[in-house]
Amino acid sequence: MSLLGHLSLWLAFLVGLWGAITGFVGGAQSRPDLQQSARNATFALLGTLLVAVISLEIAIFRHDFSLEYVAAYTSRNLPTFYLWSALYAGQKGSLLLWATVLSLFAVLAQVLTSRRHRAYLPYVAAVTCSVATFFIAVMLFADANPFQRLGFTPIDGRGMNPQLQNPGMVFHPPMLYLGYISITIPFAFAIAALLTRKLDSDWLVAVRKWTLVSWLFLSIGLILGMWWAYVELGWGGYWAWDPVENAALLPWLVMTAFLHSVMIQEKRGMLKKWNLALILGAWLLSIFGTFITRSGVISSVHSFTQSSVGYFFLGFLVVAAIASAILYVSRLPLLEAEATLESMVSREASFLFNNLLLIGIAFSVLWGTLFPILSEAIKGTKVTVGPPFFNQVNVPLGLALLAMTGIGPLIAWRRASLPNLRRQFPVPLTSCVFVLLILLVAGMRDIGALIAFSIGGFVLATIVQEFARGARARHRQYGEPTPFAVLQLLSRNRRRYGGYIVHVAIVLLFVAFAGMAFKTETQASLRPGETATLRVPMGTCTRSRTWASRSTTP
Amino acid sequence: MPEPEWYNSPMKAGTKFALGAVLIVGSVAYLMASRIRQTGQYFLTPSELAQRVSADPSFYDLGLKVGARVVPGTVSKEIATQTLRFHITDGTVNYPVIFKGLPPDTFTDSVEVVVEGRLQKDGVIYATNVLAKCGSRYEAVPKA
Repeated sequence: MSLLGHLSLWLAFLVGLWGAITGFVGGAQSRPDLQQSARNATFALLGTLLVAVISLEIAIFRHDFSLEYVAAYTSRNLPTFYLWSALYAGQKGSLLLWATVLSLFAVLAQVLTSRRHRAYLPYVAAVTCSVATFFIAVMLFADANPFQRLGFTPIDGRGMNPQLQNPGMVFHPPMLYLGYISITIPFAFAIAALLTRKLDSDWLVAVRKWTLVSWLFLSIGLILGMWWAYVELGWGGYWAWDPVENAALLPWLVMTAFLHSVMIQEKRGMLKKWNLALILGAWLLSIFGTFITRSGVISSVHSFTQSSVGYFFLGFLVVAAIASAILYVSRLPLLEAEATLESMVSREASFLFNNLLLIGIAFSVLWGTLFPILSEAIKGTKVTVGPPFFNQVNVPLGLALLAMTGIGPLIAWRRASLPNLRRQFPVPLTSCVFVLLILLVAGMRDIGALIAFSIGGFVLATIVQEFARGARARHRQYGEPTPFAVLQLLSRNRRRYGGYIVHVAIVLLFVAFAGMAFKTETQASLRPGETATLRVPMGTCTRSRTWASRSTTP
Repeated sequence: MPEPEWYNSPMKAGTKFALGAVLIVGSVAYLMASRIRQTGQYFLTPSELAQRVSADPSFYDLGLKVGARVVPGTVSKEIATQTLRFHITDGTVNYPVIFKGLPPDTFTDSVEVVVEGRLQKDGVIYATNVLAKCGSRYEAVPKA
């Protein structure tokens, strides 16, 4: 089986190369035969890579320990549940999974893209094939071939790292991979639009949908990762600002910014350059994240052992960044805005501030992640920054962003009039003050948490107000009963009201983050009758010895 | 009701927006610069730390992250005040450490640790955090 897998990897490499060449040449010379060939290449690529994945899985399930990879990550006593996930437990297998998932998305992009956007498809095939070919090349040429044989067959394998034997292993990496890898599709469409010079609002529609797919899976993957970290690794939390976590957060932040600013381009024809830069940046950050994870340049709990694979990724990153930048700059004249900002108090302006905040957060996370390397390169001493840096910088920025989540939807497009503001703001502002007063009366004194909870109340109130107004309008116009009217709102205007539902989730996340303000850990030894005091959200609470002994003795 | 003067001020929307943007970018930059100074930690070994201190006598009370081994037999716990005292070494230089708080479960005598804290004039590292290193890597250390 391993021979078949090895051969199909080579075949996939050649097919990918072919797809890249025919896609670019066929697109440039408008040759339908080559374009068709590039399209077919994505299918062949998926086929050959699937053969490789299946052969590796068969080798894993048959306990073929003559393969170095199988011997290194599995053992005879490993439960079936985790045998599946051994495919991505190590560097080599995860590269194979990566290339395969990418080729799956390459095929989906070819099949699912509507007729209107056909012009982009040859270049999309070319870009996806190039990236997949790079990953296959890493496996074949950077000593990362999962089908590499040991010279002998051990009786049993070394087994999977016990920390990976958690249900999270089966769900978190695949979700994160789906999100992380599918960023390549919006990127491919962006490159295709730049190459074809068809930079109208058409490509935007195609890109937006794929970005949503990628954003969704990345969000799920990140949250599953937080849950896994919380239950498995005793970091005392769900997020440790570990470089690899940051690497996954960076594209997520940039894509979130894009999903907002894209609305300005659709409605007003503004921010074209910015939007393209965001998509290119999100993908480059995803490759940068892969480089950090795989090279071991920054120490992290997620790190793989140091290997030459890192240099391949660094080279790829540099080449891709330079190529994208040249292409982008050469097309700048085609990206002139069709309108200008009319008022500071407008939906456009609030989206712009939201974008600046998101990119500011992304930049500070990138800076903090790279600081050890930068300081060592420039000043000769390694200065590291840890969670305090990220928390202290991002708590104020995050709170400002949360406030924008509420303010943005309240302000009209183009230019909000004062009556408009007077109609929109009273209910949310009252709710905000109301939440604050209740918490103060209840005895909460942590300023950060108070701000977070009351802004959360503000945002929730804006969302409820939006739903209530929409449902009332439908009720008046069509006589629909209220619950039905709410459902109709959701199905008729999925983008707007779906977005509000995402905002509810964001508020919940922030409330949960703010809860960390009350995290407290104390160790005390008490004699009978003595007491210890703990800080709790509303004031303090006192525990006496009887409680302690009951909870500590079995 | 007519809109007040300031709402329709003659300043262009673009200029006003630029002011807002400068405010945001400025505060991001300020936050980053000031927090790096406050929370940045020099990653050093005990020998490097000793070298630094002898080269620059003001190298005290700065954020440090010192990776070293716990000297066996030097660990003493004082439960009442939650104080942990131990010595760390990299084989040549030895520093005493005082840590108030809960050490990780994996902390034992002679384990590899990363001590975060500040070195004070009395030559003691007052730690704010103690991390015990463990091999939580995906792959085993490669055979030489």
